[in-house]
Amino acid sequence: MDGYNFAYLDEQTKRMIRRAILKAVAIPGYQVPFGSREMPLPYGWGTGGIQVTAGVIGQDDVLKVIDQGADDTTNAVSIRRFFARTTGVKTTEKTTEATLIQTRHRIPERPLSEGQILVYQVPIPEPLRWLEPRETETRKMHALQEYGIMHVKLYEDIARFGRIATSYDYPVVVNDRYLMKPSPIPKFDNPKMDNMPALQLFGAGREKRIYAIPPYTKVKSLDFDDHPFEIQQWDENCALCGSENSYLDEVVMDDQGGRMFVCSDTDHCESRQSDGHVGPMGTQQAAE
Amino acid sequence: MNRPTPLLSVQDLGKSYGPHLGCTDVSFDLWPGEVLGIVGESGSGKTTLMNCLSAQIEPTCGKVIYDTRMDGARDIFDMSESERRLLMRTDWGLVKQNPRDGLRLGVSAGANVGERLMAVGARHYGDIRNVANDWLKKVEIDVGRIDNPPSTFSGGMQQRLQIARNLVTEPRLVFMDEPTGGLDVSVQARLLDLLRGLVNRLGLSVVIVTHDLAVARLLAHRLMVMKDGRVVEQGLTDQVLDDPQHAYTQLLVSSILQP
Repeated sequence: MDGYNFAYLDEQTKRMIRRAILKAVAIPGYQVPFGSREMPLPYGWGTGGIQVTAGVIGQDDVLKVIDQGADDTTNAVSIRRFFARTTGVKTTEKTTEATLIQTRHRIPERPLSEGQILVYQVPIPEPLRWLEPRETETRKMHALQEYGIMHVKLYEDIARFGRIATSYDYPVVVNDRYLMKPSPIPKFDNPKMDNMPALQLFGAGREKRIYAIPPYTKVKSLDFDDHPFEIQQWDENCALCGSENSYLDEVVMDDQGGRMFVCSDTDHCESRQSDGHVGPMGTQQAAE
Repeated sequence: MNRPTPLLSVQDLGKSYGPHLGCTDVSFDLWPGEVLGIVGESGSGKTTLMNCLSAQIEPTCGKVIYDTRMDGARDIFDMSESERRLLMRTDWGLVKQNPRDGLRLGVSAGANVGERLMAVGARHYGDIRNVANDWLKKVEIDVGRIDNPPSTFSGGMQQRLQIARNLVTEPRLVFMDEPTGGLDVSVQARLLDLLRGLVNRLGLSVVIVTHDLAVARLLAHRLMVMKDGRVVEQGLTDQVLDDPQHAYTQLLVSSILQP
C-alpha cells in the first residue's frame, strides 16, 4: 500500500521487536519488555500480536488469523485484511497452508509442524499480577523462582469448588523455569503447547511485553499431586462434523432451550466435513 | 567439645535515616529457646531495630549473625537475596502488629496457613489441608472456618491465624511486633497464654517488641530497654522490672497503673 512501509511498522521498530523476540526465544517464558507502538486499533484487540506478526512476517509468508478458533469473526477478519493490505502476502484459512498464524484465545486443533509460527495476543502477561500488584515484586519473584503463591490460587479453587476451577489462561511452567500465562486459551489447549514443533510467540501491546516458547520445549501446567491437571470434556460430539476430541462451542438455537455444540476451530470442522465426516445436525457434503 | 552458639548474634548494630538516628550501638546474643523482650516508648527505635534484625531494612552499620541450619553462623546481610528470602519464609516467622498486614485477606484461612508450605514445594492438596487443620486447632480457631476468608474473623482470631501461618514451617526464630496491640484485655490474655504455650512446646526463640510491660513480664525471659535509639538497660525480666537501675527504666516501671 502506498505511503506505508511493508507490514505497517517502520524498519527500526521491526528491528527492535525482532531483538526482543530473539531474547524471548533465548529465555523461554521470560517476559521481555519492548517499546510497544500505537497501532491503528484499540488496546485489547491484539496490538501486541499484530506487532509481533509485523516483526516476523516476510514476503513469502502465508498468514492465517483466528479469533476464538474462527477465521470469520470481526477481529480475525480485520487483522487479516490489515496485513493483506500492508504487506500483500497471501492469506489463508487452512491451518496446514499457513506459515504464520496469529491467534486470539485458541490453538488450532490440527497439530502444527516445524517451520510454522504461532503468534498469541496477550492481554495480561504477568501470571502473578492478581496475587501481587507490585511489578518490582513480581519481577523479583520470577528472578528467584518464588512461585508458591500461584499454588495458593489453585488451593483456593479446590477449597471453594472441589476442583481446580481455572479453565482458561491456566498457568504453566516453561522449560522447568519460568511461570507463564499462556494468554486466555482454554486449558483444553495447554497440552498442545508442550513440545510443540512450531515456534510460539506472545505479544502484549498495552503491557509492552514479548515472550516465547521455542520449538520442542517442555511446558507443564501447574497442579497438585492429588488434583492433577485435567482438560475440559463434553458429553456431545460436534453437531456438524461429529468430532469427539475438539474444543466445542455451545450455540443457543432458540428460546426453547435448543442448543448445539460445534467445533470452535472452523477450519478443523470444515475440513473434516469435506472429508465426509458428519455430525448429528450436519449435512452430507459431496466428497468430490 | 562443642560450645553452644547463640542463635542470633547482633554486633554494634546501627541504623540512621540521614542525620536522624534510628538506633545505634545495639549488641546482644539470643540463645535457642529464649524470649527477648524489647521495651521502650514510642520513637525509641524499637521497630527500627526489629526491622533491621528481621532483614526488612538494611542497617547502616553492624552485623546480624544467624546460626543457619545448613551452613552454621552467617551474617544475614552477606547472604544472597534468595537465601535470605528463603530463610525468612522457612526458619523465621514475622508476626506483625496489624494482622491485616501479615495475612492475605483475599484467600481463605486454610490457604493463608498453607502458603508457606506451598512456597517451599508442598504439592499435595490433602496434606496441606491436614496441616492447616492441625494448626487451626493449635491456635484455637474452629476448624469449620478453614474456608472462610480472614476478613470475616475477629481481631483476636486474625492475630492467632497470623501466628499459625508463621509457625507452620516450624521456624526456630520468630519476630513479633506488638502482637497484642489493638486487642481487648481478655483476648490479649488468651493470646498471651497461647503464645506462652507454643513457645514452651516448640522451643521457639522469640524477639518481641512491645510497649506493654505486662506482656513483657509474662512472655520475656530477658528484657532490653530502649530510649532514643540506645539500649539503656538489659537483663533478666524480673530483675529489670523489679529493680530498675536506669532512670528511664524506673520512670517506665513506675508509670504502670497499679490496680
